[in-house]
Amino acid sequence: MPGGTQPGEKRIAAALIVSTLGALGLAVVYVRGGQPQLEGALLGVSFGGLGVGLILWAKYLLPGTPVVGDRETLGSSPDERAAFEASFERGELALERRTFLSRLLMGAVGALGLALLFPIRSLGPSPGRTLQTTAWAPGKRLMREDGSLVRVGDLEVGGIVTAFPEDRPDAADSQIVAVRVDPDQIRPRPGREDWSPDGHVAYSKICTHVGCPVGLYRQTTHSLLCPCHQSTFDVLDGARPIFGPATRSLPQLPLMVVENGVLAARRDFTEPVGPGYWNRG
Amino acid sequence: MKLPAPKVARWIDDRLGASQFARTALNKIFPDHWSFMVGEIAMYAFAVLVLTGIYLTFFFEASTREVVYNGVYAPLRGQTMSAAYRSGLDLSFQVRAGLVMRQVHHWAALVFIGAIIVHLCRVFFTGAFRRPREINWIVGVTLLLLAIANGFFGYSLLDDLLSGTGLRVAYSIALSIPIGGEWLAFLFFGGEFPASATIPRFFVLHVMILPALIIGLLSAHLAILWHQKHTQFPGPGRTERNIEGSRLWPTYAIKSVGLFLLVAAVLTALGGLAQINPIWLYGPFKPATVSAGSQPDWYVGWLDGALRLMPPWEIRAFGHTVPNPFFPGVLLPGLTSGGLYAWPFLEPRFTKDRGPHNLLNRPRDVPVRTAIGAAALAFYTLLFLAGGNDILAVQFHVAPESITNTFRVLVIVLPVIVFLVTRKLCRDLRRGDSHPMQRPVGSRVRRTATGGYDEVDPDGQAPAVPDRDRA
Repeated sequence: MPGGTQPGEKRIAAALIVSTLGALGLAVVYVRGGQPQLEGALLGVSFGGLGVGLILWAKYLLPGTPVVGDRETLGSSPDERAAFEASFERGELALERRTFLSRLLMGAVGALGLALLFPIRSLGPSPGRTLQTTAWAPGKRLMREDGSLVRVGDLEVGGIVTAFPEDRPDAADSQIVAVRVDPDQIRPRPGREDWSPDGHVAYSKICTHVGCPVGLYRQTTHSLLCPCHQSTFDVLDGARPIFGPATRSLPQLPLMVVENGVLAARRDFTEPVGPGYWNRG
Repeated sequence: MKLPAPKVARWIDDRLGASQFARTALNKIFPDHWSFMVGEIAMYAFAVLVLTGIYLTFFFEASTREVVYNGVYAPLRGQTMSAAYRSGLDLSFQVRAGLVMRQVHHWAALVFIGAIIVHLCRVFFTGAFRRPREINWIVGVTLLLLAIANGFFGYSLLDDLLSGTGLRVAYSIALSIPIGGEWLAFLFFGGEFPASATIPRFFVLHVMILPALIIGLLSAHLAILWHQKHTQFPGPGRTERNIEGSRLWPTYAIKSVGLFLLVAAVLTALGGLAQINPIWLYGPFKPATVSAGSQPDWYVGWLDGALRLMPPWEIRAFGHTVPNPFFPGVLLPGLTSGGLYAWPFLEPRFTKDRGPHNLLNRPRDVPVRTAIGAAALAFYTLLFLAGGNDILAVQFHVAPESITNTFRVLVIVLPVIVFLVTRKLCRDLRRGDSHPMQRPVGSRVRRTATGGYDEVDPDGQAPAVPDRDRA
């Protein structure tokens, strides 16, 4: 090594050599087909060697004694401020002289600013009634994601299935879970006595908290659990929330049995599904 | 003149007259304290983010168009998915060095926001935000918020099952805003969730608009810092009117470039060796599917924890609803960022100290501020932990309900305890401590002619102050 008398020079040289070897290794790994772990490790070695080399260079070979400098006051002097104010007022006066025109100018700028807000409206559709309705309609049959229809007898007691309205598997707001329970255990709400043929109860699968799919069914406690924030709903009691942040029951879909024992909706949900919003009521 | 290219330098100076500025810049003094490096780590992580991010845009397809996967990853072959998710898989499995770039980008984002928060703590606990640096505090808080938002947009782009869940939660939070929430959510996400416009839109925000804002504000942050100069810790010879440290050229510049390279080294090594966001394990987004153990990236964890801990309350009156997620999802982050923005203006109202400060506080010197900061850290850390209540339940074999209930109590009680303990600790430390930074401690030892050792009376000797090069 030429000259190697300065302390630290050997270490700096070693770090720089390691870095170079890392870079060459990286090129070899890349050419031979690439390997993510080796690529990352060699990049790390290459950057790290350079970094260590430079820091050692600064530590051993560059001036290390602290230097002291002055700070200037940040604020301007009264004279400078006065000069600035004078310059500004000179322009302001020239504008203010035309009172009527400057008011018109402000009006025109304001109107243009307002008009430029309107294109924002094009960013999305109007909420309209989208949030209040789903794709369910009287007689729409329950279809699984694979396209098969849900029939009475497909589910054992304790079984659960996710379903969409037939031909609308893309309707994310219409997803439901149908659970089969012992019909004697259901405590239907007034007016819902005939909504669960043979113990098949169907609820909107969209959590009333922030809309995650309520996918976990605890058979022993007859509760549906949302894996996102642990809101828990009592299947036997109209999917009333019994734990977690959700405040509202999962909306229930009225079911009936149509030809060939296929389950179908009596009609759409009677309330909006999913998370709450200002105009939900 | 031994400049590398004196002719070029003269050519530039003839046209720009840059010598004066360049000379001042080279001689600029930067304090040497490790805690001042944290902001630099954030900046260098951002540089890595930009470099890797540009690379990723060449391969990513921001589209929700439905495609059938036919690539090399066998478990997903034949599945229907979005073009965005497929391009993420192809980038990971078929582009040579693509997975490393993707993982380095993700790690850099995690480190970027982490370093910003540690930097914010440094500035807060040492009082570096005080006059004249309030404007830069505001710029810095804005940078933090932009960084968090852009991190969220970034990991939402891949359209995997986990990021789809995050988007759904964000959509529902937007929906919960009183009066205009429905419109806001529909306009921002492009319709009712899941809208096909969301991912292309977030892509533009993620790769163009937010990076442009971050670069602009980061430049302002540095320009203001450059103009105002750094703060410094109190010490021998240091006053409000001077600054002590290394000159930019060569010592500080070489050290700082070295730090950049070390940040890049850690991030690239992590990107190769530590798997992050394995989207192929999560599967493509499907509206009716979610997996347990859905945790967001760490910097969103406190919000998810707040959503989980919120009791089932909401306001329903006059035919309108202020839904439950509004309180943890909108009000809490609103108060958090509002409190951060307001702090440099709130504190002087109580301390009556409105003067300029270039010398830093040690945390113990300002017990109430330090105690408030520590209590806030306890609060947000608890929220973060609560965001993993399902994981904790599995790990400790406890029902998630009891974990949530415990956190609901802790999140109120523990910050109060932390406040009281920290304030007492600071006061005791301040009282019992000889303030080693303001005068030298310890003693000098002298070897006598007979081979013994004497302690030199510290009051009889000049304190050991290093020789100074008065600039």
